[in-house]
Amino acid sequence: MEKHWLKGLRKTVERVLTIPYYQERFEAIGITQAEDIQSLEDFQRLPLTTKEDLRKNYPFGLFAEPMENIVRLHASSGTTGKPTVVAYTRQDIDLWAKIVASGLARAGVTAGDVVQIAYGYGLFTGGLGLHYGCEELGAVVVPISGGNTARQIMLMRDFGTTVLACTPSYALYLAESLEESGIARDELKLKIGIFGAEPWSEGMREQIEARLGIKAFDIYGLSETMGPGVALECPAHQGLHIDEHFYPEILDAQGNPLPVGSQGELVITSLEKEAFPVLRYRTKDLTTLHHGVCSCGNVGWTMKRVTARVDDMLIIRGVNVFPSQVEEAILSLEGFEPHYLLVVYRVGNLDQLEVQVEVNETSFSDEVRELEGRQDRLKQRIEEILGISVRIKLVEPKSIPRSEGKAVRVIDKR
Amino acid sequence: MLQLSIFLENSKGRLAEVISLLAELQVNMRALSLADTKDYGVLRIIVDEPEATTEKLRARKVVVSLTQVWVLAVPDRTGGLAEILNQLVQQDVVVEYLYAFVKKERDQAQVVLRVQDQDIMAKAMQKINLAVK
Repeated sequence: MEKHWLKGLRKTVERVLTIPYYQERFEAIGITQAEDIQSLEDFQRLPLTTKEDLRKNYPFGLFAEPMENIVRLHASSGTTGKPTVVAYTRQDIDLWAKIVASGLARAGVTAGDVVQIAYGYGLFTGGLGLHYGCEELGAVVVPISGGNTARQIMLMRDFGTTVLACTPSYALYLAESLEESGIARDELKLKIGIFGAEPWSEGMREQIEARLGIKAFDIYGLSETMGPGVALECPAHQGLHIDEHFYPEILDAQGNPLPVGSQGELVITSLEKEAFPVLRYRTKDLTTLHHGVCSCGNVGWTMKRVTARVDDMLIIRGVNVFPSQVEEAILSLEGFEPHYLLVVYRVGNLDQLEVQVEVNETSFSDEVRELEGRQDRLKQRIEEILGISVRIKLVEPKSIPRSEGKAVRVIDKR
Repeated sequence: MLQLSIFLENSKGRLAEVISLLAELQVNMRALSLADTKDYGVLRIIVDEPEATTEKLRARKVVVSLTQVWVLAVPDRTGGLAEILNQLVQQDVVVEYLYAFVKKERDQAQVVLRVQDQDIMAKAMQKINLAVK
């Protein structure tokens, strides 16, 4: 196994050594050629790559191929700084399509399925990544992109959509809109959902599956490592199968390798990518790795669903808080809508966390006492999980803004 | 009698919005009370067609529930309410909340009562023969 990995890893090392930025960093630790990597331990001495490295080399500094060989660029939104730009050769695009297609096939998508792709199309890899994968598989692509919810539902019915691909928060919004649309569930042929691009909890999966009457599969990927499809769940739902064209590691916050099975930050190295090889890229996603045989028969790496991102972590009064923990608590109690917003603010020098959550018909009681009881139970549950005190604010249904892409869960006013 | 209870978020203008919506839906409120907490309020109203009004409000995304309440006529004089409440206590009726409104045409006030146990209240009503509106 190690031999097989080393072969691929050396290929990527060789490729990145054509890039001056990597050359310099490798020279500093005495590595000048791919053959210097004789073991996985050698490999783990190589410097990690971060989003910051990508920004420093904006826009094309980390490409390993001349522009003549590049057929596509994608970029991150750049809301927190310069965007990060990634490139693909024709072969990269083909490989990506094959990877997505094999992942979708594992989830049960076949030729003849009508796949409504409600991920954004454009510089974001979500839409086009799924698009090429579905075409490769021979499925019918409906490239509707995100937004225009009423039309999404109409076409879902009229085109007989069987597979929906979008963010989990948008899937929930579609479910809610469907309930109000006057279109009955049995007018739809929907059976599979491929959801990703944001962390979501198991409780959220149950909600979506129940409300849309489908099987939901988690898809993982980020543009820096290729795009969606790096990993995808199988029907066993025991983790996401990491595609064999990637080598995963789990590191602690200081960047030291952790043994298989521990939770830490996922780091990914691409094994076959040409235009934008990525070496030990820090994804900032927290997960756990496993290597072995899945009950679906697949052999290889699996990762647990990503429920938290390092970047989403809030530090409140010195305690680490992830929005997904609050989500878990809300969904574990009856009577609240799975829409929530965390507002962090400061009173004097003290951080305060307010959790806004929507009441619904079932949780609303005429009696203030009972409403307050519900509020208290939620408060207790969240405080048990987070270990800090929170304020619960009940708000009216639909008052928390819905998202057509990645949901906004936090407003930090500090 | 069925009372409508409406969840109101504490935000500027929300009460006015909901009351305006009721006007738009041609709903005549016969009695009204507003319970409030720090973050939200519960608006309780008595209307002519509670079920139909509830449907209409729900269609407009208002969280509303229907609650069984009792409307009693009370003599509009000192001690009028005390008499009735004392009688109810003797019959083991537990009152959860209550609000009053005055009818113009008669010398009579009316109170809306929410009680803990509806059966006990029904029996009490028969026994003490209160004027039910």
